[in-house]
Amino acid sequence: MSTSVPQPKVDGVQPATPPTAPKPAPAAPAKPAVAAGVQPPTPSQPAPPPAPPPPNPLAHLPLPFKGVDYAAKGFHCEATVSPDQVVVVAEMLDKEGLALDTITGVDWLAEGQMEVVYDFFHPAKALRVVVRTRIPRDNPEIPSIHKVFPGANWHERETHDFFGIRFLGHPNLTPFLLPEDADYHPLRKDYAA
Amino acid sequence: MIVKDQLKTELSADGAPRETFVINLGPQHPATHGVLRVKMTMDGEYIVRAEPVCGYIHRMQEKMGENRTYAQFLPNTSRIDYLSAMTYTHGFVGAVERAAKLQVPPRAEYIRVITSELNRISSHLVWWGAFLMDLGGFTPMLYAFDDREKILDLLEGITGSRLTYSYYRIGGLYNDVDDTFINGTRAFVAQMRPRLKMYRDLVTDNIIFRKRLIDIGPISKEMCRKYGATGPVIRGSGVPYDVRRIEPYSVYSEFDFIIPTFEECDSMARYLVRMEEMAQSLRIIEQALDKLPAGPVMVEKVPRVLKLPAGDYCYAVEAARGRFSVRIVSDNKEIPYRVKLRTPSLSNLSLFEEASQGMLLPDALALMGSLDLVIPDIDR
Repeated sequence: MSTSVPQPKVDGVQPATPPTAPKPAPAAPAKPAVAAGVQPPTPSQPAPPPAPPPPNPLAHLPLPFKGVDYAAKGFHCEATVSPDQVVVVAEMLDKEGLALDTITGVDWLAEGQMEVVYDFFHPAKALRVVVRTRIPRDNPEIPSIHKVFPGANWHERETHDFFGIRFLGHPNLTPFLLPEDADYHPLRKDYAA
Repeated sequence: MIVKDQLKTELSADGAPRETFVINLGPQHPATHGVLRVKMTMDGEYIVRAEPVCGYIHRMQEKMGENRTYAQFLPNTSRIDYLSAMTYTHGFVGAVERAAKLQVPPRAEYIRVITSELNRISSHLVWWGAFLMDLGGFTPMLYAFDDREKILDLLEGITGSRLTYSYYRIGGLYNDVDDTFINGTRAFVAQMRPRLKMYRDLVTDNIIFRKRLIDIGPISKEMCRKYGATGPVIRGSGVPYDVRRIEPYSVYSEFDFIIPTFEECDSMARYLVRMEEMAQSLRIIEQALDKLPAGPVMVEKVPRVLKLPAGDYCYAVEAARGRFSVRIVSDNKEIPYRVKLRTPSLSNLSLFEEASQGMLLPDALALMGSLDLVIPDIDR
């Protein structure tokens, strides 16, 4: 038998850390990160002076992105855009090499609005991007981005299931996780569990 | 089952009749590993269109997250991907700890890494056995479950549970590990290395097996990116994307391990990624046991009524199947306003329709097996 198992390539990617995390030292006996973890939380101390805003990795895009403290929030930058902009935003982020993480909604019942949240991640570096938009709750319609990211197809169907948000131009906006005859939207805040 | 009234006859380019018919794969079928249905439009043995139909075990986990406290929702996180429950709980407690600004003691983080990696190996072992069974080999399943049993015994000893552990708690762990666990884990690592070599001799180098997988089910880098596929799927397409390395969480930045990638993009590449990952997990476990610090395993004070500051918080972990991320939206109440669970299996399966076009049915099953699906992870 002449077949041989290809050997895995050792990736050249260095451990990319968020700006606030301690620098990883894989080979050396690691001390700093452990030491940081030992410190008890100190809620009683006076608040430190406001830190400079975190850097915005997508500052070159003509969009209202702003940097976010990764350690506190779990993503690197975010933007709030208008609903008719989402396809353009998706195209720009596609050109940046980002991948679609997920799409979801949040029902802001008191404000009469639905928030649609798009999450993106970069496959090669530490970059998580959140794009938000708000649409009226009584007419929740927003363009579909499935032509830019085909993976959006299922995420949009799921969001339609749970929130009743209609994604205009979606090829198959039928129930995805709910039963095929479902006409209710369980994650709306006025749907009693 | 062939649906007769959906038989369609049309003429192909050369004037010959071209018949397609619809086959239902599932929802109860051994190859779908759970209740997944795939509606397949076939042209003879070739797939014209394979459309997965999901939701057969949908439980509305996200609504459950909105009507109970953070601690009460914690057991649910073990029941999404039941094969790698540890990592899923890690994602949830990580998001809550991030929002509450809790500093988890280092000993707890090290034990989290050890148990998560043990769980990753046990999950890959189930995949390995089941995948080989899909391809027609029954024996490997028996070997895989033999080894997995040792892991389950170890985890049962410290968590009291064999599958749905709920071992991580907000701010630390349910309890500390004992010497039985530490010595048992060391013994397991020593036993497992020769077993992995045996798996390679027994299965990986088998020419019949290799011919079933090599060049079957190619998934390009670009397709992975467009569908958000992660885990061994994207690493089998040559992209070294691993949350443990790209966005290091817990204490993963302190260990020396490689992210195995293979450029071939086929089902064999995804197979080899998982086999190599098991060896890397053993390395991580060994290092974590060597460095295991002493100290408490729980934050001193976790408020009994936990209210997170208003805002949204994300936390991503590398589960056995890829990137699992949790988003918590809080409005400063005891109960979360919204809990979003982003699961890897859903994104990994979403590319199946495009990737399986024009494939032979048995090859498509090899492709599906190489995606390592867990259906409750898709349906939630």
